[in-house]
Amino acid sequence: MLTQKVQEVFNEPACDHNKKKSESDRKKGCTKVAQPGAAAGGCAFDGAKIALQPIVDAAHLVHGPIACEGNSWDNRSAASSGPDLYRNGFTTDMSELDVIYGGEKRLFRAIREIVERHRPPAVFVYQTCVPALIGDDIESVSKIASETFGIPVIPVNAPGFVGGKNLGNKLAGEALLEHVIGTVEPEVSTPTDLNVIGEYNLSGELWQVKPLLDRIGIRISACLTGDARYREVASSHRARAAMLVCSKAMVNIARKMEERYGIPFFEGSFYGISDMSESLRNMARLLVSRGAPADLASRTEQVIREEEEIAWEAIRGFRKDLEGRKVLLITGGVKSWSVVSALQEAGLVVVGTSVKKSTSEDKDRIKELMGDDAHMIDSMSPMEMYAMLKEARADILLAGGRSQFVALKAKVPFVDVNQERRFAFAGYRGMVTFVHEIHRALTNPVWEALKKPAPWDPDCRTTPIF
Amino acid sequence: MGTKSAERSFLSNPLKMSQPLGGALAFLGLGGALPVFHGSQGCTSFGLVLLGRHFKESIPLQTTAMSEITSTLGGGENISAALLKIFEKGSPSIVGLLSTGLTETKGEDIVGEVRQFLKLRKETVKTPVVAVSTPDFKGGLEEGYQAAVCRIVEELVPGTAPKKPFQLNILAGSHLTVSDLDYLKEVTGRFGFEAVVLPDLSRSLDGFIPDRFAPMSMGGTTLEEIRSMGGARATLVIGKSLLPAGDLLFRKTGVPSVAISRLMGLEAFDRFLLTLSHLSGRAIPESFHRERGRLEDAMLDSHFFLGGKKAVLALEPDLLNDFAAFMKGMGVSIPLAVSPTEAPILSEVPADLVRVGDLGDVEEGAGSHRADFLATHSHGRQASQRLGIPLFRMGFPVFDRLGATHRLLIGYRGAKETLFRISNLFLAREESPDPETWYPGSSGEPVVFDDREPVPIRPVVSAQLPPPENA
Repeated sequence: MLTQKVQEVFNEPACDHNKKKSESDRKKGCTKVAQPGAAAGGCAFDGAKIALQPIVDAAHLVHGPIACEGNSWDNRSAASSGPDLYRNGFTTDMSELDVIYGGEKRLFRAIREIVERHRPPAVFVYQTCVPALIGDDIESVSKIASETFGIPVIPVNAPGFVGGKNLGNKLAGEALLEHVIGTVEPEVSTPTDLNVIGEYNLSGELWQVKPLLDRIGIRISACLTGDARYREVASSHRARAAMLVCSKAMVNIARKMEERYGIPFFEGSFYGISDMSESLRNMARLLVSRGAPADLASRTEQVIREEEEIAWEAIRGFRKDLEGRKVLLITGGVKSWSVVSALQEAGLVVVGTSVKKSTSEDKDRIKELMGDDAHMIDSMSPMEMYAMLKEARADILLAGGRSQFVALKAKVPFVDVNQERRFAFAGYRGMVTFVHEIHRALTNPVWEALKKPAPWDPDCRTTPIF
Repeated sequence: MGTKSAERSFLSNPLKMSQPLGGALAFLGLGGALPVFHGSQGCTSFGLVLLGRHFKESIPLQTTAMSEITSTLGGGENISAALLKIFEKGSPSIVGLLSTGLTETKGEDIVGEVRQFLKLRKETVKTPVVAVSTPDFKGGLEEGYQAAVCRIVEELVPGTAPKKPFQLNILAGSHLTVSDLDYLKEVTGRFGFEAVVLPDLSRSLDGFIPDRFAPMSMGGTTLEEIRSMGGARATLVIGKSLLPAGDLLFRKTGVPSVAISRLMGLEAFDRFLLTLSHLSGRAIPESFHRERGRLEDAMLDSHFFLGGKKAVLALEPDLLNDFAAFMKGMGVSIPLAVSPTEAPILSEVPADLVRVGDLGDVEEGAGSHRADFLATHSHGRQASQRLGIPLFRMGFPVFDRLGATHRLLIGYRGAKETLFRISNLFLAREESPDPETWYPGSSGEPVVFDDREPVPIRPVVSAQLPPPENA
């Protein structure tokens, strides 16, 4: 059954990348098989947990031995504006005896005890490799628990060994479609109700966007799944339009909600000034086409005008310190070109940018922006990255947390652009924060000090005190 | 006093971490080593991120990348493929292969698989590969670390080595910080000993900036040092969890081992110095006199803040025992001490109740005993926030404060530092009383009376306030 689901998820018609493949390639699916001895990155369980944990009032119970939850809980900065039950790590902590006799009974008891103790509106139960291997049936246990305790218990069947993080994201989406979305009717519904799909509110980024929507008059009926309440997700099928944020991670939800409930969606990003404006325009356009007041468009334009002016002005302010400094930009999910334009406005020179997850249109935009010097990088090993920084072919590295120590060991500044970052970079103000962070990193005096030779080095120019 | 285990069917906020993680930590303390998890790529990814968050270093850790199909059919081929890829990409001096829950469920014989691999490639593969069985569904970090150290001794220490009467072996427990290890080397050095520390994280995860970048541990105990262990004067086993490794070393080489379960605080370190004096035949060097005096003074200065305080501790067994005894000696009462796993040492922990449990138990116990502070790893932050009491961060992982591994905890010097740091937690919160504290309740917060249930108090109406003095 799971194999079927995985096949189905791979064959995603709304995925551009997938559409371009031949029939036989499409059947193979889109996970690259992890190479023994040379793999990096999380598993399907990791991806599923990332995608659903931001539902803040639900309990998230991991069925498996200690490693899966014990080694990973409390490590993401998905923020909540209220309940904090989601921050608790719950796991059945399967023992040797559970492996021998099966863990279903323990799982059932665990659900009961969590329901009694915390009274959550719903419990998400995550499958992992060990119980999957011994054949624990979490779907049946969840069903019985749901009937017994009278609250939704949602099985999330994405054990680690079926594939990588991205697949886990999608399987989590399937769980929502199958068990959650459309099970509750909303109390209120307005003509400007919008779903935001694939935004996890890391570092509170959703809150950099929400005030703008408030000003325009767009109501977020549900965010999947950043700062979400279970009820909002369950009643999200009444929204008028949807925005798909995190590229391909939850495209299956957006497409199936369009098919089932007629909710049109567009793909957009909150990163980069032009992307942000584009997204706002698309929201207004789709909502108006579904019956929202026509002046939504002009209100949107006004907000865009005001915000863009403030943001560009602020970014230009960093120019005098940043002019000509060389940037190496290695990002995963964030669309490179849209960030590139902001970096250029601040006077920075982008000497290389990753295009691993970019579409061919993205690549054209990058070429256009960066001219002939376009240094598009498909993948870069830590060793190559280290060499590039060490030889001063770049002055700063903007990348994900894993590369942090590569830069720091080369004594080169680093700004985290992926999920572990401590600052919110979304929206107009977020882009200003981003450039500000680059400025803060590059202008820090420690880099000068660190590059000075030690007193025992023959190149040392420091003089003794006479 | 007594030991009790959890009654719940689930862990609520785990204190425990997995065995393979502990195993990886041990291997990271060997020079040029690369630990590999035999499991799904997620097993490695979680471990990698967690170790990175604690040490703030890039962590060499690989995976055999087991899939659904190889998990069912057996992972021998993945082990070979992973090892060959690793030798092709770089040249680690040791590879540590650790099994996981996934591969142990099927009952794979990881040691046998590796033996077979090495036998078939006798000519080409010269690098030692040490396989360790570390199922996730048994034990925790300390057990995994212990299992790895035992296997390293078993595989890599030869039965005989040239005698070195001034060499001391130190089997270093997983609870020691980089600074602790440095200090142990310094202290034994002052008695004229040269110490071989196994594993030695102070040369690999100490934050040193090397001139090159390599996908393996940047330093640590060398193979040569490990091979010399049979000739040492004695082995100091720091932390009772490593006793099996000490016994193994003794049976293999005849080097006698001394079990040291405590190094924190005045008396514990007095005994340690006397032990070293006895082993070396030298008097305790005078340089320790001043250090001891400073600790005595720190104890005097800090007893005001620590005496009579109640602490709930949640740590790996060896650390739990040492720290609990140290705190007890400062007049701190310990109504509850929680360990993530069973261990023989737990019967020695001086707390009113010692139990195996999770941070849910810690939160509940600290609430019902009205504890004044918690001591556990960074995951205790949620409990500390909800209870409104300070958290003394120690153990693994500490990811939301810098420098955890550079904290010295042992010896006179470490004890002095710890006493100051804990006292300062209370000093930082001390506030002078204001009208709000004299007429509690005006902020709408429930007021807590000793020995009674918290009761919500209605806002104080101004008529009930005592009249101003000059009215």
